[in-house]
Amino acid sequence: MTAAVANSTAHSIVEASPRAKAVAGGLVILYAVITILPLLWIVATAFKSQSDAIAYPPKVIFEPTLEGYVNLFTVRTRQTPDFIAKLPPPETWYDKLVRQRDMVIAGPSKVVPRFVNSLIIGFGSTFLAVFLGTLAAYAFSRFRIPLADDLLFFILSTRMMPPVAVAIPIYLMYRQLNLTDTRLGMILLYTAVNVSLAVWLLKGFIDEIPREYEEAALVDGYTRLQALRKVVLPQAVTGIAATAIFCLIFSWNEYAFAVLLTSGEAQTMPPFIPFIIGEGGQDWPAVAAATTLFVVPIVLFTVLLRKHLLRGITFGAVRK
Amino acid sequence: MAQIRVENLRKSFDQFTAVQGSNFTIDDGTFFAMLGPSGCGKTTTLRMIAGLELPTEGKILLDGEDVTFRRAAARDIAFVFQLFALYPHMNVADNIGFPLKCQGMGRREVRERVQETARLLRIEHLLSSKTSKLSGGDRQRVALGRAMVRRPKAFLMDEPLGALDAEFRHLMCGELRDLHDRIGATTVYVTHDQLEAMSMADQIAVMNKGRVEQIGPPQEVYDRPASMFVADFIGSPPMNFLRFEGGLRSGDRVISFHDTRIAVPEIREDRASAPLALGIRPEHIRFADAAPFRGEVFGAEYLGTTQIVTVDTAHGRVAARLPSNAAVRIGETVGLEFHSERLALFDVGSGLAIGTANEGSARHG
Repeated sequence: MTAAVANSTAHSIVEASPRAKAVAGGLVILYAVITILPLLWIVATAFKSQSDAIAYPPKVIFEPTLEGYVNLFTVRTRQTPDFIAKLPPPETWYDKLVRQRDMVIAGPSKVVPRFVNSLIIGFGSTFLAVFLGTLAAYAFSRFRIPLADDLLFFILSTRMMPPVAVAIPIYLMYRQLNLTDTRLGMILLYTAVNVSLAVWLLKGFIDEIPREYEEAALVDGYTRLQALRKVVLPQAVTGIAATAIFCLIFSWNEYAFAVLLTSGEAQTMPPFIPFIIGEGGQDWPAVAAATTLFVVPIVLFTVLLRKHLLRGITFGAVRK
Repeated sequence: MAQIRVENLRKSFDQFTAVQGSNFTIDDGTFFAMLGPSGCGKTTTLRMIAGLELPTEGKILLDGEDVTFRRAAARDIAFVFQLFALYPHMNVADNIGFPLKCQGMGRREVRERVQETARLLRIEHLLSSKTSKLSGGDRQRVALGRAMVRRPKAFLMDEPLGALDAEFRHLMCGELRDLHDRIGATTVYVTHDQLEAMSMADQIAVMNKGRVEQIGPPQEVYDRPASMFVADFIGSPPMNFLRFEGGLRSGDRVISFHDTRIAVPEIREDRASAPLALGIRPEHIRFADAAPFRGEVFGAEYLGTTQIVTVDTAHGRVAARLPSNAAVRIGETVGLEFHSERLALFDVGSGLAIGTANEGSARHG
């Protein structure tokens, strides 16, 4: 890109030449395609049949089927063709699809409760971390707190080693407290990890809001809490949105603790997905279907907040 | 409308004492300016009166009522900030109406009061604009509107013109004073700009290092400064100080200044020999060929109607304000004559003024 700019003889120093723009645009599009390719592959695999999914060389053109999704949501048992022939005709399209493979549906799989767990734990811990983080960040930003710098460093220091390093102590502690394999336990754990990030990010944002705003509100008749809610928070929305996305991405994707601490009741999607087993091994189309569904909420959340996110990430980089 | 009383007010932050033992009373309807260099404690004092800061010691009384530890919202005062602090997520009308909304006033009444306030400030046409689109002066007017709309007991203003450019500041000075004359509310105005304070205030409190050095009408603070700090801070160029050693006797009208004698206003105090300073405003110096006190012209600064001529004397450099048509040559030796009734004497050790006939009743502790 820079080469293109340097080569053109007559160009404005503030505006890129059409050629440079074209090169830059092309590079961005190329990069976007490369990044989105694995995701597209996953989405496509979810619609392949078992044999197409593991075909070599890989199939780009294939006959789409919903088998992957059906397998993801059901538990099936193999029966003899005679047994299936004697059954009353299939009631639904997915019954029919399963019987073509000489199987019958034995019941729903666990994907829905696991997905619900992920939603509750992910959004629950995000809400808690942002809530606590906002209050703490506001206090650090506005009040004279004894040892504030030490406390802030202490909060940050919890991020200094990978959380998994303390996995065993946490496991033992959770067993004592009966928190293993509970949604509450996972929410608390992810909140604890995220809250330090939230405090630091949000403190930066709140520091940038002139305190005169809330002081004006205090003089005009608000209490401290009302001023925080009605004057400070509306201006911190950008920071809160950015922080919430970071927190959600962490707790949504978290794998190590989820494997260690959940097995049944409170299991989230990350440990569930790799263990979607079909006959004779991994059921790749079902895994791909689960992955596709798993990505959807975070994409939606990010798209909803993207207006704030973009400003949030560059916030502070450019002073007003 | 209210009287504000401050008693023994003190504020410390950790090791640093921002305000030490201030005492003053601001009468109802007064335009009171707190003037001083940055870090002198004027803003801290104002914030304590507002309730945004709690004093370490002392009392604040509003109309005789002790409000020292009362919440800002419960004091019925309005605060105008230097950076205006208009809520960016609200338009002009919402900003002005905000304090009323906080009090839970009905929507119709709020709208009427906002209209009325906007009319007073001549910003009716801006009511539905975004605050971010406004010019500095209009923002200032909106901030004032938000302060006025509640009809508070008192206005507290923290360098409200500090963010405006010089030309506009002058215009707003006039507007503020005019507004004060119309609504007559007690106003406490913090500034580091002596011109703002002098041109608007009824009373000026000059502060230095957390202490109030002098309180008085602008003229008195200028003519009869209570300390060397006040004399130096107010006036541009500041008062000249000529240092000498000597004793003073009550009733004397002449002091021996090194080897010459200088006429001064009648002295009212006896002083043992100590380092003293003779204070002379630049406009109280005249060039006179016959005068015994002499010096060499160092430079001249032309200011239109007047010029500031600096003269090197044996006892220090002196600035004199002369008519701009007076012919001055750099390097020439001139005699300096002082307007004897307007001279001031200071004790260099304490920095305080020494009582003379010029001073009258202007002294403060």
